[in-house]
Amino acid sequence: MSMAVAVPPFETFYETHKTEVFRFLVRRVGPDRAEDAFQETFLKALRAYDRLEHGEHLRAWALTIASRIVVDGARRARPQGEMPELATEDARPAFEELAPMTDELPPKERAAVVLRYGYDLGYDEIGEALGSTESAARQAASAGVRRLRKEQDR
Amino acid sequence: MTIPTPELDERFRAAAADEGLLDVAYDVFDDTAMGPLLVGVTARGVCRISFDPEPEKELELLARAYGPRVLRSSRPVDRLHRELDEYLEGRRRAFDVDLDLRAQPAFYLRVLEELAGVGYGETTTYGTLAARAGNPRAARAVGTVMNRNPVPIVLPCHRVVGANGSLTGYGGGLHRKEQLLRLEGAIL
Repeated sequence: MSMAVAVPPFETFYETHKTEVFRFLVRRVGPDRAEDAFQETFLKALRAYDRLEHGEHLRAWALTIASRIVVDGARRARPQGEMPELATEDARPAFEELAPMTDELPPKERAAVVLRYGYDLGYDEIGEALGSTESAARQAASAGVRRLRKEQDR
Repeated sequence: MTIPTPELDERFRAAAADEGLLDVAYDVFDDTAMGPLLVGVTARGVCRISFDPEPEKELELLARAYGPRVLRSSRPVDRLHRELDEYLEGRRRAFDVDLDLRAQPAFYLRVLEELAGVGYGETTTYGTLAARAGNPRAARAVGTVMNRNPVPIVLPCHRVVGANGSLTGYGGGLHRKEQLLRLEGAIL
């Protein structure tokens, strides 16, 4: 058992992750829309920040919020009723299809799935972001995908 | 462009404050006549002024006392910045800002409230302040309260001196106490 990592002051969290979050957003939505998405991401983080119970996985948390904002933005831009189905036969489902469904996953699996398919991180990086190992990250991602497929088949 | 521009960074910091999402907005004034000052402001008022700040340590302390949403943001501290500049240039004799002293223990609060009544250019003694706070024998404890004053300058602990007139001590260093008293014309 290790001690829970304390939540750092928001300034520290923001300074640590702002560049990576911005780069991620530029890649996902382009430089113009990245600016608003950036602000939205960190305002959303700020709104939830005083309810965090520990300071672990904050990098994964920040990237997950950014991913959700990209997805929500894409959904708003698309006409109603045209959300794509999750392609079950695709070994690497597109993240936009996956993200709305990952809410119910256990946190570690959700973070692994989002970072693997949304952010395209390697399992070594995901392991690092989650404070665990490469193989644990691989397992969490594949367990998450299996769970999503089961959900969809139901 | 792969990093948030300074404009975007400032826009976020301003929006965070405007939306009322911060437990503490802080900033560092680098070039005051007293050297660098770190200041912290909550929704209730000024909660911190710190000499020779080590921001990392200060942020941890602020987060522990007021909540983790501590962010550098200049707009909420603008007014304090302006008043401090005016005061340090000799153009202001009293501060017109609210204070947030909720983190102070009861005795500290009593002493700090009495301290607030010591006017520009006056001095008082630790013993006098102790008596006014209801405990004439607590001069030494009053010294401790002065030393830990969360908002020096605005709450004028520099105006409190020893019974024999010696400057005694100052949380920000004796040279600063001397500098402030000289500014106010309390010493030559």
